[in-house]
Amino acid sequence: MNPVNDSLKPEERVLYALRGLYQRYGYSQFKMSKFEEYDLYAGNKDFLVSDGIITFTDTDGRLMALKPDVTLSIIKNTRQMPGSVQKLYYNENVYRVSGSTRCFKEIMQTGLECIGDVDLYNLCEVISLAAESLKSIDPGYVLDLSHMGVVSALVDALGLDAERRAAVIACIGEKNGDGVRRLCPDKDVSGILALIAAHGPADRVIEALRPWCAGDDARQALDELARVTDVLAANGCDGVRVDFSIVNDMNYYNGIVFMGYINGIPAGVLSGGQYDKLMRRMGRDCRAVGFAIYMDQLERLRDDPRPYDVDTLVLYDDRADIAALTKAVGALARQGVSVRAQKAVDGKLRYRRLLRFSEGGIADGE
Amino acid sequence: MANSMINVALPKGRLGEKVYGMFAAAGYECPSILEPNRKLIFENEATGVRYFWVKPSDVAIYVERGAADIGVAGKDILLEYRPEVYELLDLNVGRCRMAVAAKKGFRDNPERTLRVATKFTRIAREYYAGLGRDIDIIHLNGSIEIAPILGLSDVIVDIVETGKTLLENDLEPIETIVPISARLIANKASFKFHSEQIEAICRGLAGQVKE
Repeated sequence: MNPVNDSLKPEERVLYALRGLYQRYGYSQFKMSKFEEYDLYAGNKDFLVSDGIITFTDTDGRLMALKPDVTLSIIKNTRQMPGSVQKLYYNENVYRVSGSTRCFKEIMQTGLECIGDVDLYNLCEVISLAAESLKSIDPGYVLDLSHMGVVSALVDALGLDAERRAAVIACIGEKNGDGVRRLCPDKDVSGILALIAAHGPADRVIEALRPWCAGDDARQALDELARVTDVLAANGCDGVRVDFSIVNDMNYYNGIVFMGYINGIPAGVLSGGQYDKLMRRMGRDCRAVGFAIYMDQLERLRDDPRPYDVDTLVLYDDRADIAALTKAVGALARQGVSVRAQKAVDGKLRYRRLLRFSEGGIADGE
Repeated sequence: MANSMINVALPKGRLGEKVYGMFAAAGYECPSILEPNRKLIFENEATGVRYFWVKPSDVAIYVERGAADIGVAGKDILLEYRPEVYELLDLNVGRCRMAVAAKKGFRDNPERTLRVATKFTRIAREYYAGLGRDIDIIHLNGSIEIAPILGLSDVIVDIVETGKTLLENDLEPIETIVPISARLIANKASFKFHSEQIEAICRGLAGQVKE
């Protein structure tokens, strides 16, 4: 029995495991303040997962925000060093509007970013760390990979106006083939339908899609995806799949994007990708890849509720010798059981055994 | 996990019974579902499906939150609530349209804010935003048709099936916003872990869709 480990909630246990994992690969922790100037987010609003931001005016009149996102702050604080990369991980609370309740929520988020001269090695390292992170949560994970280059090349080939293009991309995200057909009755959408149908093990999906990726852009993107999935397969990342329904905002993301799922949690728990375009928008001439894990989702992993609130309840009365009581309770606690001392039985408290403390010491109280 | 039961949320009512007919014809029958009783959950271990009836507008919530792996919901609900789900198939049943209707002879005065009564505020707002029209949304939960009659609103945005209810109230559809039909939806995470079963069901249902 490991008393420290036993007292941790699943998300806390995962957090410890992840911190160790990221440090082993040379990522250093990025610690940040709770607030950022609102301007940082105002210029990149679409990059944020939710549109609401909690703002307040600081004592010097600046409009501040409780950070809804970590990536933008990290980019802001990174310096450009040609030929090198910065590897950072974080574990921070962010403040976002939650989808269903439309109220602000504090969400714990863990993630890592690799910024700078990102090459194929760095890309594969970050994606395999995403896979490792999911595996440490649950071995039955799925990490879906997509390539924005493949999606945009196939959609561009249709030659649509901006409105229909966005609608087709949304349909790809919904795996909604009927919707694509209805939007483009005048076009040959077989490539898009193949893209929607293609999901599963990387080698099979990539080969199935090859005939539709004859154009230079699409072929290069598919080749890049194949190179990455080959490296991952060679390194035992067995939960990796290819699925093109991950369509992150193309104004920020390019290249490979990914989404991680854990069996038993109804929504994606990990989201990430290459965001070179965001770097350019923020005036940085370098590449970047990273991911975030939504730790609040992991609450759902909590195993069965404990049958007892405490293992042992010790009852004492006004006459008790407090020094002796303290000693007796301490001795029980040191045995590794949870113990609670109080004067009366609380109706709601569930305990495994009841002991009574009297002058003669501790005795069975039932 | 590959062979666990697939939870299917069906919309209570006539549409749900029709949709169940399609599931049954596709080989996923569960005879006990048609027995007249008050049970809510029905399963057939042999075919690996567990059905349950829920309020039509709640199907998307059950699926989005993973209580159901797949379900059948109207496109109206999907457009209004935008659940994070996959929309795998248009079942082409429960066909109707989302339309703007008004009193017969209604003439829109573009100089005034248009008062729109509806249950579907998001659909109405986005439709008029697309037209660049300033509107005043009046959210109602039912009997929408009465709003223009009593002068509560200028027009309504609602589902029109045959147009009979509108006609009986001296209203007429003046604009179609979007055609509506029932869709097979799937929880995104469930799709990852049960993709073979869900895709088999989807293929089976696709064979039952009538043009």
